[in-house]
Amino acid sequence: MSISLDEVRHVARLARLELEEAEIFSLQTELNALIGHFQDIQGIDVTNLSPTSHAVAMRNVWADDVPGATLPRDRALRNSALQRAGLFVVPQIIED
Amino acid sequence: MIHTLTLAELSAKLAAREVSAVEVTQAYLDRISAHDGEVGAFLTVASESALQDASRAQERLDRGEGGALTGIPIAFKDNISTDGIETTCASKILKGYIPPYDATVVERLKAQDAVVIGKTNLDEFAMGASTETSAYQLTRNPWDLTRTPGGSSGGSTAAVTARLVPVAIGSDTGGSIRQPASLCGIVGFKPTYGRCSRYGLVAFGSSLDQIGPLAQTVEDAAILSEAITGHDFRDSTSLPHPAISTSELKNGSLKGLRLALPKEMLGEGTQPGVRAVFESALENLRREGVIIDEVSIPSIALGVTTYYIIAPAEASSNLGRFDGVRFGPRSEGKGHIGVVERTRADGFGHEVKSRIMIGTYALSAGYYDAYYVRAQQVRALMVQEFNRVYQGYDFVVSPTSPVTAFRLGDLDGDPLAMKLLDFCTIPANMGGMPGISINAGFSEGLPVGLQLLGAPLRDEALLQSAFAAEKALGLATAPPNFA
Repeated sequence: MSISLDEVRHVARLARLELEEAEIFSLQTELNALIGHFQDIQGIDVTNLSPTSHAVAMRNVWADDVPGATLPRDRALRNSALQRAGLFVVPQIIED
Repeated sequence: MIHTLTLAELSAKLAAREVSAVEVTQAYLDRISAHDGEVGAFLTVASESALQDASRAQERLDRGEGGALTGIPIAFKDNISTDGIETTCASKILKGYIPPYDATVVERLKAQDAVVIGKTNLDEFAMGASTETSAYQLTRNPWDLTRTPGGSSGGSTAAVTARLVPVAIGSDTGGSIRQPASLCGIVGFKPTYGRCSRYGLVAFGSSLDQIGPLAQTVEDAAILSEAITGHDFRDSTSLPHPAISTSELKNGSLKGLRLALPKEMLGEGTQPGVRAVFESALENLRREGVIIDEVSIPSIALGVTTYYIIAPAEASSNLGRFDGVRFGPRSEGKGHIGVVERTRADGFGHEVKSRIMIGTYALSAGYYDAYYVRAQQVRALMVQEFNRVYQGYDFVVSPTSPVTAFRLGDLDGDPLAMKLLDFCTIPANMGGMPGISINAGFSEGLPVGLQLLGAPLRDEALLQSAFAAEKALGLATAPPNFA
């Protein structure tokens, strides 16, 4: 199992990362080293094992529906590189 | 000398009015100015607000109010949100970001009159084990300034070790509190997953991340744990259990305590010096009546692989929010996607990009079942195997790290070799277990840590036994240059 340069480019697009050619080469080497190790778990018998993410079983966590203070708009916008009229500004997404 | 005191001792002196909260904070600010140039623990020192916090704390003390943390300066790893104080995750992508709210741990500590003295260095987004992937600076091990303090909570750990602060807060996703504690000879505790709210902790691997204390003593770690744990409705994985109690901390005994030593945690990869110190610590514990048996937990050998699927997968999703729109610097690019791709390319360092890539790959079409789902099943296997051991034993014991602090730069170019060193600490995150590292002794002048792991929710019992073990093994001292 190994990952090709084109697959590295494809994954980078999925991850929204613009990579330099040199980075694509070095990431291919690194990813392949890790993916080599991924094969370690392929032979393990996992029948009857449910995927686990929380050690202490919890289900249906509800919070009471109580109105409370929310972040004021100016504080929410304060860290944005570009804002106008109380909104985040982003490049146009839908073409004219 | 104020800086030679533990949190518990400082607290007693503050309550007895032998020293004022402002004097305490000023003493630590002076130490930071004098010594942090060589240690590099802090990214931000909040001198002005810290002195204001301290004078408010003193007003409480003057009224005869206050508790164990009133007037105690605390440093926070820079992936924990602090209202009004820059929080960067040691990444360029969050340069200049000032959180508009406090993380729950910060809010709780402030409510108990603690002083937020500053923010500490870490591996970028906590991804690393040496604090070398920080985009800003190196942090050095106070025992040997040419070596790493470990990571990713290297700044918080080095700050406590050099007595630049009495206690600090870190976060642990695969060992990031316990491993640096081991490499610096202090105490690091990761509570059971869900006991400490993650609200306001910048997420890395959400099902693994847990916040915890770094301290000079088990008692200090326990005091801080009590202050930060307990249910929080803002974190849906937060457990309904009350805060970790310290009331029985000192009432434990080592006599008859049963420890399991998994042979998979003391293998060929363990440095001879680490093995020697660890085994002599076990002898000391046996003399106190501890029963220690070797056991086998085969899935430990799969831990690193499983971790390097689950953690990057969750990270690749969590780090999707860094797009340059709501926070952080924004780069120029073609159209919205172009701006996002360029911002992320400029903002993330290499290790972070590498983990985002591996995680995106593991979650992508065709690989999700083979990698992510299967890794979560192996995780279930690991939980089963540990539970079987906990039926016959109180705790699992091991070295915290198979090596002592390595030289800065030595493993920087070999990220896989560094990842393979995490096999003793990863199981606690996989199984949500509480884990603690205490100092076991020294090998060639460098600290060696002893780790105890317990079944989920056994936090109090674990701290109690660690407190007794620390007494048997001897309290860790400060490095000579920082005593």
